[in-house]
Amino acid sequence: MYRYDEFDAAFVAARVDQFRDQVDRRLAGELTEDQFRPHRLMNGLYLQLHSYMLRIAVPYGTLSARQMRKLADIARKYDRGYGHFTTRQNLQFNWPALKDVPDILAELASVEMHAIQTSGNCIRNVTADHYAGVAADELADPRPFAEILRQWSSLHPEFSFLPRKFKIAVNGAPNDRAVIQAHDIGLQIVRNEQGELGFAVYVGGGLGRTPFVGRKVRDFLPQRDLLAYAEAILRVYNLEGRRDNKYKARIKILLHEKGLEALRDAVEAEFSARGGASLELPAEEVARIAAYFAPPPLAPRPATSERVERRRGKDAQFAKFCESNVVPHKVPGYAIVTVSLKPIGGVPGDASADQMDAVADLAEDYSHDELRVSHEQNLILPNVALDDLTAVYDRLASVGLATPNAGLISDIIACPGLDYCALATARSIPIAQRLSERFGDGARARAIGPLKIKISGCINACGHHHVGHIGILGLERAGEETYQITLGGSGDETASIGQIIGPGFSSETVVGAVETIVDTYMARRNGPEETFLDAYRRLGPAPFKEALYLRNAGADI
Amino acid sequence: MNCDALRWRRRTPTEAPSGERDIRLTQIVTANRLVDGIVVFQDASGGWSEDFARAAAHEDVRDGLARASRDVAASLIVDPYAIEVELRNGHYAPKALREAIRATGPSVRRDLGKQAEGFAPIAAAHAPTEKPHVSL
Repeated sequence: MYRYDEFDAAFVAARVDQFRDQVDRRLAGELTEDQFRPHRLMNGLYLQLHSYMLRIAVPYGTLSARQMRKLADIARKYDRGYGHFTTRQNLQFNWPALKDVPDILAELASVEMHAIQTSGNCIRNVTADHYAGVAADELADPRPFAEILRQWSSLHPEFSFLPRKFKIAVNGAPNDRAVIQAHDIGLQIVRNEQGELGFAVYVGGGLGRTPFVGRKVRDFLPQRDLLAYAEAILRVYNLEGRRDNKYKARIKILLHEKGLEALRDAVEAEFSARGGASLELPAEEVARIAAYFAPPPLAPRPATSERVERRRGKDAQFAKFCESNVVPHKVPGYAIVTVSLKPIGGVPGDASADQMDAVADLAEDYSHDELRVSHEQNLILPNVALDDLTAVYDRLASVGLATPNAGLISDIIACPGLDYCALATARSIPIAQRLSERFGDGARARAIGPLKIKISGCINACGHHHVGHIGILGLERAGEETYQITLGGSGDETASIGQIIGPGFSSETVVGAVETIVDTYMARRNGPEETFLDAYRRLGPAPFKEALYLRNAGADI
Repeated sequence: MNCDALRWRRRTPTEAPSGERDIRLTQIVTANRLVDGIVVFQDASGGWSEDFARAAAHEDVRDGLARASRDVAASLIVDPYAIEVELRNGHYAPKALREAIRATGPSVRRDLGKQAEGFAPIAAAHAPTEKPHVSL
C-alpha cells in the first residue's frame, strides 16, 4: 500500500499543527464558531446530535493492521470504545471532545492517516472497489489512480471551494463494486481496441434529494490524461455550477440543466484548450505509485483445501460462511474474506475497539497485513490462503464477526440516522436491526438470495437508499417517523434509481412491508436463479404495489 | 447542512414560521458545550448542566436565549436553541423525537449518552426505542 514520502508526512504534520493552533484559538475565544467552522470541517470534524463527530479518511478503503490498531487505540483512549465504518469507506468516531481532536489527528498522522477533506465543498476521499488488486475479474488495480487523484486533489488551490462537495470513485473490474455511477466522477478502467488501459468516464451521478445515475462522457480516456480530464471537468463545474442554491449545486444538477452534450462539449473544449500537456501523467510516475500497490508474493496453491472441505462437511455455520463471505482471489488457492459488520440485530458498520484489534491481528497473521473497508460497511481480508480459512473463521467467530450474511438480505447499509445525526429526520439503525432479525442469515435469507436493502434516515441519502434493491428513506411527518420504500435501485454496472412504490409506512409497519415485498418476489420469481433485482425489472412495480396496498392490511396508506 | 432541519430546530417563539409570537409553549434552552460537544441544558441560574432534569422551563424563552448568546460569545457553548417540552407524569420531556433522542442518547446504544449517566429525561427514559407504540 501507499507509504507517505517526506513531503506527505510534512504536509500532514503541518496540518495537525495548524489545526491545534486553530482549536487553541477557538477555545480561548479568539475565533468565533463562524470563523472556526470551515477549519474544523476541512479536518473532518462535525458537530452532531450528541457531540462532535470526527470522520477519518481511509483512502480507497485500504488499511494496514497498524492503522486499524491505531483506530482501535483512539476509540479506547479518546472515544467510547467503538467506531462506525461508512458508505464512503471512512471511519467515524461519534464522541470526540474538541480539545482532544488535535491529539487524535497527531496519532493518526503517526500511522499516515488524516481527516483532511472528509467534509467541506472540496474533492472528498476517493473511493474504489474493495476487492481492488485481488479480484479475479479485475482488469487493473484502481488504487494507484485513486492515490494519484488523492494527491492531486489534496488542498488543490483551485478546487478547495467548489459549489458543493465532489466525490470520485474508481473501479477496475467489469463488475462495478464501487457504485461509480452514483459519483460526481465515476472512472471505470477499460481496455481499448489496441489493448491499452484507460478509463470510461461517467459524470453527474449522485444520490441525495435529486438522484441521478452518472452519464458517460468518454468511452476511453488514456491513462496519461486522467488528471487533465478531471481538471477540465472540475473547472467547468467550478465555473458553471450553481452557488445560489446548495440543493442545486452538485455537478449532477449542472449536467441536468445544461444537458449531456453541452456539458461534454464544455469539458472537451476545456481539456483541448489546455492540451493536457501540463498535467499529463508520466508513465514512470504511474509506475512509481503502482509499485506501492504491488501484490504480495502469493505462491499459487491448490485450488481447493482439504482442511476447508472437511470442516464444511461437518460445520453448517462454517459452510454458510464460506458460501456467502468468501470469494475467489485472482491467485489460485487464496480467498477474499468479507468480515461482516452486520451481526443479526446489530448496528450496521459499527466495530468495537476489540473487534478492530482482532481484525488487525488477522490481517497481520493471514492477509499480508492488508485490510479493506467496503462501501457496504464491511471489512475485507483480501489475501487469505484457503488452508487458513478455518483459523480465520474461528478467530472471527470468537469476537462476534463471523456472521455469514455478506450480500444477503441482512447485509444492510444504514446511515447513523436520527440516533446520531443532526440532519436526520428518522432513525435508520433500528429498522436495519429489525429487518436483520426478521430475515436472519440462515435458510430463509439464503433462499431469498442476493438482495441489497439500503436505509437512509433523511433525504441526503448517506445510506444509498436510491440504489438499494429495496431502499428505505426515513422521514418525519407530523412528529412521527415514516418510511418511504423504493424498489429496483441498483449500484452496480447496471445502475438504476429505485422507484417509490407508494405511500410510506410507519416504523411499526415498515418491516412487515419489506416482508410482503420479499414474499411477493419469492412467489413470482422464475426460480432461485432469478434475483430480486432481475425479477423486479421483469415484473415492474405492479405486483408489489398490489401486495402492499391492496392485499396487505398492515400498510397504513 | 440541511437548512430545513436548521430552521426547524432553531425555531423559537419569536421566530415562529407564521411570524406570530407564541409564548404559551413551555420551552427550555439547550446547546452543545464547546470544549467537548456534550449536550447541555440551561438551568435556573443561567448555567449549563448535562442533566436534563436541571433544565429551567420557560413560557418565554427570550431571556434564556439572550443569556445563551452571551455564553456563545464567552466560548462556553455553541449552537444554542430552544426546544419545546411538555409535562408527562409530572416531569418535563422534549416533545420532538429528535430532542428526546438528543436528551437521552442513541436509542440503539443504551450504554451511551445521557441515559448511561442518569441524565436523561425521566418521562423519556423509555422513549426512543425500536419497539412500537411506546409513548414519548
